[in-house]
Amino acid sequence: MSDENGVIYRISGPVVTATGIRSRMYEVVRVGHEGLMGEVIELHGDKSVIQVYEDTSGIRPGEPVVRTGQTLSVQLGPGLLTQIYDGIQRPLPVLEKTMGTFIERGVDADGLDLEKVWDFEATVSVGDEVAPGAVIGTVQETETIVHKVMLPPNHSGKVASIESGSFNVTQTVCTLEDGTEIQMMQKWPVRTPRPYHQKYAPDTPLITGMRILDFLFPLAKGGAAGIPGPFGSGKTVTQQSLAKYSDAQIVVYIGCGERGNEMTEVLDEFPHLIDPNTGKPLMNRTVMIANTSNMPVAAREASVYTGITIAEYFRDMGYDVALMADSTSRWAEAMREISSRLEEMPGEEGYPAYLSSRLAEFYERAGRVETLEGEDGSVTVIGAVSPPGGDISEPVSQGTLRIVKVFWGLDAGLARQRHFPAINWLSSYSLYPQSLDQWFRDNIATDFPEIRTEISSLLQVEAELQEIVQLVGSDALPVDQQLTLEVARMIREFFLQQNGFHDVDAYTGLEQQYKMAKAILTFQDSAKKALAAGGLLEDVVNVPARTNLMRDRFEPGYVDRVDGLVDEMNQQIAAAAEEN
Amino acid sequence: MSGKEYRTITDVKGPLVFLEKTEPVAFGEIVQLRLTDGTMKNGQVLDTSDDMVVVQVFEGTAGVDLGSSVKFMGDVFKLPVSKDLIGRILDGAGRPRDGGPAIVAEGEADIIGAAINPYSRQSPHDFIQTGISAIDCCTTLVRGQKLPIFSASGLPHNDIALQIARQAKLKGSDEEFIVVFCAMGITAEEYNFFRSDLERTGALENAVLFVNLADDPAVERLITPRLALTAAEYLAFEQDYHVLVVYTDVTNYCDALRQIGAAREEVPGRRGYPGYMYTDLAMLYERAGLVKGKKGSITQFPILTMPGDDITHPIPDLSGYITEGQIVISRELHGSGIYPPINVLPSLSRLMGGCIGEKTTREDHKSVSDQMYAAYAQGRELRGLVAIVGEDALNERDKQLLDFSGLFEDKFLRQSRDENRSIDETLDLCWDLMQNISTKYLVRLDQKWIDKYHPTEKK
Repeated sequence: MSDENGVIYRISGPVVTATGIRSRMYEVVRVGHEGLMGEVIELHGDKSVIQVYEDTSGIRPGEPVVRTGQTLSVQLGPGLLTQIYDGIQRPLPVLEKTMGTFIERGVDADGLDLEKVWDFEATVSVGDEVAPGAVIGTVQETETIVHKVMLPPNHSGKVASIESGSFNVTQTVCTLEDGTEIQMMQKWPVRTPRPYHQKYAPDTPLITGMRILDFLFPLAKGGAAGIPGPFGSGKTVTQQSLAKYSDAQIVVYIGCGERGNEMTEVLDEFPHLIDPNTGKPLMNRTVMIANTSNMPVAAREASVYTGITIAEYFRDMGYDVALMADSTSRWAEAMREISSRLEEMPGEEGYPAYLSSRLAEFYERAGRVETLEGEDGSVTVIGAVSPPGGDISEPVSQGTLRIVKVFWGLDAGLARQRHFPAINWLSSYSLYPQSLDQWFRDNIATDFPEIRTEISSLLQVEAELQEIVQLVGSDALPVDQQLTLEVARMIREFFLQQNGFHDVDAYTGLEQQYKMAKAILTFQDSAKKALAAGGLLEDVVNVPARTNLMRDRFEPGYVDRVDGLVDEMNQQIAAAAEEN
Repeated sequence: MSGKEYRTITDVKGPLVFLEKTEPVAFGEIVQLRLTDGTMKNGQVLDTSDDMVVVQVFEGTAGVDLGSSVKFMGDVFKLPVSKDLIGRILDGAGRPRDGGPAIVAEGEADIIGAAINPYSRQSPHDFIQTGISAIDCCTTLVRGQKLPIFSASGLPHNDIALQIARQAKLKGSDEEFIVVFCAMGITAEEYNFFRSDLERTGALENAVLFVNLADDPAVERLITPRLALTAAEYLAFEQDYHVLVVYTDVTNYCDALRQIGAAREEVPGRRGYPGYMYTDLAMLYERAGLVKGKKGSITQFPILTMPGDDITHPIPDLSGYITEGQIVISRELHGSGIYPPINVLPSLSRLMGGCIGEKTTREDHKSVSDQMYAAYAQGRELRGLVAIVGEDALNERDKQLLDFSGLFEDKFLRQSRDENRSIDETLDLCWDLMQNISTKYLVRLDQKWIDKYHPTEKK
């Protein structure tokens, strides 16, 4: 027995204890005769506790444990985009090729295709000083995305040789004067955030095309958002809409402990979907990580880190990256399961005491930064949370809410009424408007923030009035309050409800959002005038032009027609008042 | 593996046996215990190390003493699989229960079952007609789906499951499903009910039954569904059958899981259930679906009873996060004498969108289903208001909706236990009922469908 390697002492589910091995924390080891991949998570005298990323049935004490000297790392370089990985960056198509339909164990697969040849174009010349993280060349990775080949963050020096040409990711494309050879592929340990110069305050919104999100509860590029909701409330649909329509340049989608068929659906659908921002297939900007609920639990724990490391890598090229994690609760449960096998003292509801700090560390890897190269890049993190029974007083929801600045609360009641997206406008919040308002004023309309305030206060007023209506019926309210209810209903049905599966309605640009909101307020104003002039509420609210205004949003080119439709509505309302 | 027997038991606790000084024993290995009186019991290794091995005993530890001997069988639990499984009744550990011969194995399959590579899956999209209007119209079942019934004690979930098993077929096809039925801790009476019904209809010849009854060992329940699903996978992906797996009752399964967790002194999660219950359930539910390049499929119909009718209880809650929807049985509807008492409002089929429409069911299905749902939801809500303000205070629209909600339950939901409605009959029935609401209030219906299908307004 060498000094380095040891033998298995104990096996308890995904947790294996080895003796006689001098490992380091978070080092990757190979467990058993089949060489299952595992990671050292605790050292205990001469015993190392290892979480194993594959099923451990049939493994016996006494089988070997071999050190690799590496911490859990991902391979970064051209070939990441359009790929679908499991939690430890094994490409699923490769796994299918090597082991068929079912995921067997003990199979290794490289995250990047090591054979594939890319056209590398050098952007620095011999003699140039290059700093850590400097871009030394580019590769057209997909139709829409240029992959910037960077110096790994721990290297710098003077370029001794570099040439453009066709290379695979392991061939040397550049040498430094100190003899360091640089390849297109670099490795990075997933649990360590990649370095950057400094973090900035976010000041640009991530435009999602979902009206309730962009207009009422905007998320900034580089921000973090949490979406808690019970099952059936539309978390996954919302996450998928964000993956489809948000104006990030790169999307990393992590299916963490979710349904297998859902990932299949994404895989079937994304290659055929067109990115509204570039007009090219969405797949071109997407990296997917799928660890379904029945795949090994330790790999689920790792999947979130694998995803965010890939996201940071693209951020370092100066891209705006959006990362969706669906669902962080499954990640937390994976932590709980491992922790309980380690017989750690539990915190709340059996979760480990370090749950909230792990959540914080993860969300803190979001942000808008000045990269090492001096570019502006961002990682926006949107984490779904699946609180048991929909009760967000549980530890994962609470741990998340303490960190994120945007809370999109999904509501089972709304989902049951088939109000989608079922985001509750009363409980949700965003802390970004202050930093984003200037952007909205400059780019959309000077009174954008004021319109937003008016819309949300109308919704508040409605909630109060509804309590009265529940008791006495709406007819008992004074006419002006009945109008308020009508206006609020218009906000809900015309503005907040959005059909994520409808070709036109699924995405609404900001200008149109603004015009729609404004149209609602215009309706309120003219209806008020008409009522004051003696019009009847029923006549005023039922003018056909208002129905047209609302229905027409399902037809393309609506943004150009809104103003005309609003004028027509105003005329009809005024006419309705005169009739009396 | 040597056939050594060990007499080194140190502790016996609940269903667990602890022993020491063994040769290296594999995690998950199968174990045979011989008690001092000669009785044999089976078990499985839950935890193994150089010093101590923990074995869970399927038949319970009654009669085990420190002198009992333990033999490790050298392999993990495997099910002998063969086409001969069809038509057989096996017990909860996979032994014949029908007095027939042992299964002649064509192969052996590991019962834990590996995860299907998501990349190798095929999206489910084939409509299964169950003949039950509420399901076909509002929570459509798709081949390859896992759609549980959320029920509660005293409700007729078994009748519904049987009716589905009997009637389920692809539209326009005579292809029969093979039913794999898995009983976990149900009573002998319930089992007899299932069995005699399957016998009566001749379905037993096309079924495989795995039976663990309420008085069978609780721990055995942990492997029964795995055996059933292993058989299902073999029949679906090796033998090209379309398999419908009905298993009942998941709640008993979870309680057995909790029992083991407690005996191992694990840190409990919610309500004492182990923290890994989500993963454990997922390892059952996810064994459904279709895969590329294989003709067969597995559709799952798990039944669970919600303790205290509470849908937020960990068992339905975690299930709902894994399964592709749920069919919720309502005590209120059952109380008012409606069969099947399916409450469509909290029920959901996540795969429905992809499998209904012109090519599979009928072009107006989506529109009709949305409208039926919306009108019923509003009508039900109005019942609350009527209780306070009286029916006279309602306007014309609300009155129509209120009446409609009654008709919905009486005509649409209600059907007899052997009534098998085709999807066309179901949709025509919807149109028939929607006549009772003025078309101007039917805002979810596309005009073109009104023109084509409305009994009185069609052109």
